[in-house]
Amino acid sequence: MPSTRDWINNPLGVVEGMFAASQSDPNSGWEAKAVEFFKDHLKEKDAPTSVPSLNDVPLHYLKPNSLVKFRCLIQDMFDPEFYMGVYETVDPATKAKVLRCGKYKDVTECGVDFNSRNTVTAERQTFYCVPIPGENPWVKESYAGSSQARVVPSTSYAPTRQKRSYEEDDEMDDMDTQPQKQREPHPGPQSPTEQHGNGDCKRQETEAPSSQTASTSHLDLNFPLPGEKGPSCLVKVYENWDNFKLNDTLEVYGILSVSPALSALADEKDASSSIMDPTESMETAEEQRVHCPPASLVPRLHMLHARPVSHNNPLLPSATLEDNSAFLSSTLSEMASVRAELLTYFTHILLGDALAAEYLILHLISNVYSRRDVLPLGKFTLNLSGCPTASYTERLYQIIQQLVPSSYYLGMSLQNMNQMRLVPKKDYVANRLASGVLQLARHTSLFLDEIQLEQGQLDTTGVRNVTALGNLITWQKVDYDFNYHQMEFPCNINVLIVSEGRSLLPSDCQIHLQSQVTPANMEEYLSSIHMHTQTSSQLNKFRIYLSVARLLDYNISDEMTKSVEDDFVDMRKDDPQSVSAEDLHRMLVVARLLSLSLGQTSLSRDSWLRAKHIDMLRRSRMEQHKCVNGNEP
Amino acid sequence: MSSPTSTPGGCKRGRNTNPATPSSEGPTSPPSQRRRGQDSSTGDLMPMPTSPATDILSPAAPQDTSLFSSPRPSVQPNEVDMSSPLMYGTPSSRVEGTPRSGVRGTPARQRPDLGSVRKAPQVDLHSDTDGAVASESNAGQRLVIWGTDVNVATCKEKFQRFLQRFIDPTSNEDENAGLDLNEPLYMQKLEEISVVGDPVLSVNCLHVQSFDAELYRQLVCYPQEVIPTFDMAVNELFFERFPDSILEFQIQVRPYNALKTRNMRSLNPEDIDQLITISGMVIRTSQLIPEMQEAFFQCQVCAYSTRVEVDRGRIAEPAVCRHCNTTHSLALVHNRSVFSDKQMVKIQESPEDMPAGQTPHTTIVYAHNDLVDKVQPGDRINITVNQSPISLIHRRPNGFSNVPAGIYRAVPMRVSPIQSNVKSVYKTHIDAIHFRKTDEKRLHGVDDDADQKLFTEDRVQTLKELAAKPDVYERLSSALAPSIYEHEDIKKGILLQLFGGSRKDFTQTGRGNFRAEVNILLCGDPGTSKSQLLQYVFNLVPRGQYTSGKGSSAVGLTAYVMKDPETRQLVLQTGALVLSDNGICCIDEFDKMSDSTRSVLHEVMEQQTLSIAKAGIICQLNARTAVLAAANPIESQWNPKKTTIENIQLPHTLLSRFDLIFLMLDPQDEAYDRRLAHHLVSLYYQSEEQMEEEFLDMAVLRDYIAYARTYINPRLSEEASQALIEAYVDMRKIGSGRGMVSAYPRQLESLIRLAEAHAKVRFSEKVETIDVEEAKRLHREALKQSATDPRTGFVDIAILTTGMSATARKRKEEAAQALKKLIQAKGKTPAMKYHQLLDDLRGQSETAITKELFDEALRALADEDYLTVTGKTVRLLA
Repeated sequence: MPSTRDWINNPLGVVEGMFAASQSDPNSGWEAKAVEFFKDHLKEKDAPTSVPSLNDVPLHYLKPNSLVKFRCLIQDMFDPEFYMGVYETVDPATKAKVLRCGKYKDVTECGVDFNSRNTVTAERQTFYCVPIPGENPWVKESYAGSSQARVVPSTSYAPTRQKRSYEEDDEMDDMDTQPQKQREPHPGPQSPTEQHGNGDCKRQETEAPSSQTASTSHLDLNFPLPGEKGPSCLVKVYENWDNFKLNDTLEVYGILSVSPALSALADEKDASSSIMDPTESMETAEEQRVHCPPASLVPRLHMLHARPVSHNNPLLPSATLEDNSAFLSSTLSEMASVRAELLTYFTHILLGDALAAEYLILHLISNVYSRRDVLPLGKFTLNLSGCPTASYTERLYQIIQQLVPSSYYLGMSLQNMNQMRLVPKKDYVANRLASGVLQLARHTSLFLDEIQLEQGQLDTTGVRNVTALGNLITWQKVDYDFNYHQMEFPCNINVLIVSEGRSLLPSDCQIHLQSQVTPANMEEYLSSIHMHTQTSSQLNKFRIYLSVARLLDYNISDEMTKSVEDDFVDMRKDDPQSVSAEDLHRMLVVARLLSLSLGQTSLSRDSWLRAKHIDMLRRSRMEQHKCVNGNEP
Repeated sequence: MSSPTSTPGGCKRGRNTNPATPSSEGPTSPPSQRRRGQDSSTGDLMPMPTSPATDILSPAAPQDTSLFSSPRPSVQPNEVDMSSPLMYGTPSSRVEGTPRSGVRGTPARQRPDLGSVRKAPQVDLHSDTDGAVASESNAGQRLVIWGTDVNVATCKEKFQRFLQRFIDPTSNEDENAGLDLNEPLYMQKLEEISVVGDPVLSVNCLHVQSFDAELYRQLVCYPQEVIPTFDMAVNELFFERFPDSILEFQIQVRPYNALKTRNMRSLNPEDIDQLITISGMVIRTSQLIPEMQEAFFQCQVCAYSTRVEVDRGRIAEPAVCRHCNTTHSLALVHNRSVFSDKQMVKIQESPEDMPAGQTPHTTIVYAHNDLVDKVQPGDRINITVNQSPISLIHRRPNGFSNVPAGIYRAVPMRVSPIQSNVKSVYKTHIDAIHFRKTDEKRLHGVDDDADQKLFTEDRVQTLKELAAKPDVYERLSSALAPSIYEHEDIKKGILLQLFGGSRKDFTQTGRGNFRAEVNILLCGDPGTSKSQLLQYVFNLVPRGQYTSGKGSSAVGLTAYVMKDPETRQLVLQTGALVLSDNGICCIDEFDKMSDSTRSVLHEVMEQQTLSIAKAGIICQLNARTAVLAAANPIESQWNPKKTTIENIQLPHTLLSRFDLIFLMLDPQDEAYDRRLAHHLVSLYYQSEEQMEEEFLDMAVLRDYIAYARTYINPRLSEEASQALIEAYVDMRKIGSGRGMVSAYPRQLESLIRLAEAHAKVRFSEKVETIDVEEAKRLHREALKQSATDPRTGFVDIAILTTGMSATARKRKEEAAQALKKLIQAKGKTPAMKYHQLLDDLRGQSETAITKELFDEALRALADEDYLTVTGKTVRLLA
């Protein structure tokens, strides 16, 4: 299909064609038409997959000025910039003047007539985008696998590079990122990830940009999480930029611009122009480095279309669930059975504790679905206490990592708490928002390992970090530090805290793990957990299940409302001390999640009773453990 | 290109009189369609041989003084008009030598803030053909500055008329203090200038607008042309009036308060080269930069010297010496060149201007000459850091350019194809003409947030409609934190707190300020959504601060002095209480606060100031903040058998400073449970829209409060005063029968504040009886909850003011007397066993004697020097 190739390989040609055609008719609204054109093409079946993705194709394999897509998170928003929307060039030989379109481009053609009356200044916005933080390897692989884009190495690329093995690359990375690693000693799970990747990492040259970080390390690409890889991108937005919010996850379709002129200009400016024009040097070197990084490291992407990513699960159709009723109905019918399988699986992993397994499922599908003034509704932070050893929690994290699209393991060791930057902070010198671990996309699973915490002193940063975590859990918001003031950014992060006793952080629900395994057999059992890996089809089922359950709609009928109210009044009558409004809050959330986990979109009597029942079980278990640890209020 | 086209700017525009060459005087105004082609790029491409003025002075000099072969438009006679502002500030106007007064005698100072566009030619509006020379006679009226519709003479005349005639009797600005409001305002200011000798005239644009709308429009659209014209006009006027005054340089006009106030986010290409006012917060200032204004060149061969003015940021180095015709012989002499001060200031959007979920924008501002160092990053010297917008009047000039010079030099050579590409992005900045700190006034005295928030007509109308509704009070209180169930009275209390009382100033009579803010304490069982209420209030008010008693120190609440790492200066960093000046400070876990921290609050909660004496900085800061605190009972569960004081263990001196103390208890009755359950369940299943309908929008509530706080200032009516007096007397009476004091003047003050706040809720300028009634009711409700003596069931204000109920005191005295009698009855025994004495007293008394009571009785007797207690023995004295 040659036409397909055309709009992907040479989108600027399409834009320019439209621009030229519009010259006769000033009111043609060609800009809207151009955007419409690309949107229409992207709606076609398979069209999105045939566009190469910056996420899984190394930059040097992509053709400059072609259409690419990028799955990303808006990490920072820079100031709007004015550019030449339309300008006129003069051919030095013939003196012929040509009107040109400057949209979707960084660099103008030669011979610009700066005094032309036809120059039109337009405004565009720049976002600094990074790959979705904490995106798990299976997601990346799955996306890369489904891509149909045939990437032809550009002709300028000479494949003479010695093909290094993956291990070597890793070593390189380690060396380069050493300072960072020392600061934030990365806990265990990183290694299994890589191990996992190792199995099928001997892939084609045209895949996975594993060596990219090696060269980028001298430039801080400002990833929220330490040890992240992948390209970051300056996305230029031409319309409706007010609709985008910080930390939104998007799939951006845009025109790739890696013109070496961009960096060449920057260099030259450093050398000569700063002497010529003192005003140019007003920007600090840091600021320039951040705002005009070399295009080979931070490519520019001129946005044509952006699709909000609602779930980032490659196994689900990208359209919203309502639009895909066939998929939805088939999944819904299977949900109960998948849930049972998942429950067995989790029970096995959680040392035979079925109740904890149940709660873990509920936690994984929780979602802040609404906010009532300051109160976030639907959050379900789980505190899994009574976890045996540190190695166990790491295993547990690896399993969760296999199931959710993005997650992050934060070992709450004293060192980490005192030294890590959790809350993003505005860096006024470089004029950017220096990212922090808590700048996460929606639905990211944050795994807090409190077992790593030992006795000792928290310093100011540590106290601030713990407060930030507490705020995140209670209000689902992070107060970004703007030095002179703070700004509140709402978030939607699933927080799972594993601890020995009750956690020092607040949580919506605490459950004490009751091991069915005798301490003598523990070692053996633990080592067997990892062996017991699921087949990939099974895993895929679980993955789909967890993502779908979270996206379902939910309501409570009037009758159920009534009966829930009655129940509450009765419970209060029996024991007014132990049942408070907070308990009702929690039970309503549990009932909601329980229904959704079964694929039911409205609360039934059974689910409510069951929610009450498991909450009772949990509470009675807590009673038993009350005297065991001293962390009770 | 020679065909003149009208621009879409909507303004009349001068016709193109220039030949079709890409000269710097080119008629087009590329980016905004308004600029007059002063890109720095062109300056490099075709440098103008100095300025037209020099040409006049040396008419014999050849047209092309440089080797640059760019054709330049022939200088037409009518373009050279000595009275035009285009001449302003050029070397020709500078008469060196004998300093004498008068316009010509006072050196004009360069205005780098206006850019260097004064050389734009005037054009005749009606000259259709190129080079048509309008005769001198008719040129007067029809001449406009090229690219604009500004006629210099008319404009000058208008402005002079404005200065001479403008009277603003309603002015209440600081700057006009001490001026006679019925005399022409600006003439008085000129007089001031002649006395003080500070040649800067600030002109309020609103005044210009009310005087002459057309002039104002021109000022906003063409500031680069109009402001020099204004300068000229004011100087002529000034030296006419005060011919003998000597100024450092000519008077400069600084307009401010242009109506076109924008926030940074809405700046767009159309604003380029316009006069606008934006507000923001200073985040960084640069070092002082000397910027060359005029370069001094000297010929190495013949020592002939020449001056070249800066033109769009560039100096065109003369390539040929005019005197000896040697090429490339001129050298720059630095210390004979003229420099001006320049500073880069970075400003950031103020947080309240920003849409949620986005990061603030920043803009670069250049401050020139005396505006340098007028502002500080973060405004640290000002106590309110994040609420201190600085409005600047400025234009956005040429907005150029990131185009590296090297490229232009390379153009004729066409070296590499890459370099002939140009990055198509403009670099923008703002030239400051006037800084105005809006928060300056807050340091001294009262301000009324007048410039805080502007409401649209529609909005005011909606708010007024809302206020006219009879149930507005109930509506608003139910709109407050709808997710929190019931607690109607508490919400009403908080609502009144949000509105606050009227501010009264008795400083003249020596009584100082009266507190207008209402302080509220919530105490109650844990988990009764106290924190949630606090969070809501914190989110609602623009100047709210939220702290937790557990984590905050006295320093964090008040202010501390720290050394700035960059400047090594001592700076005052303000804490939560000062930051919430004019707002609400929410303090959670009030009971967990350390005593030293709490002691700070004493001053704040009554005097509303904070005194600081640290590291050589002694000052008193305003902290007119309302305190909303939440405290948990000491035993984690509220003990209904104890008094409030006993339950929360706070000093009564502090408690008496709270106007309202509410208990948030779990009521534990079925009907309540049912309503609560219904409320919670509906929270979980109703959609957002359904909830919206039921309650007022948070934004409306916020505006309502802001409007009432700004514009409504109720005063007590006669009946209301009477009602208040009665209420107070009644309160005093209640207790007097039982020998208890049930009200103190503090309670009366609380009542007045609450009544005023209630009047504000109704948008009423008068406090009426209904306001007093509601204040009484609310006050009573709060007292009923917090000051009821658990032993007698009566309300006893003494619990809050002295920490002990009157009955308890009475019982203590009785016990002491009984004990004394008992000891006296025992006869002369110098020492007694403690336990035996207690048992004896218990056996004798008909009321139960607790150990605590016994101890207190013993202490009372010890105070009388009747006995001493040492360990377990009691010894009699005397």
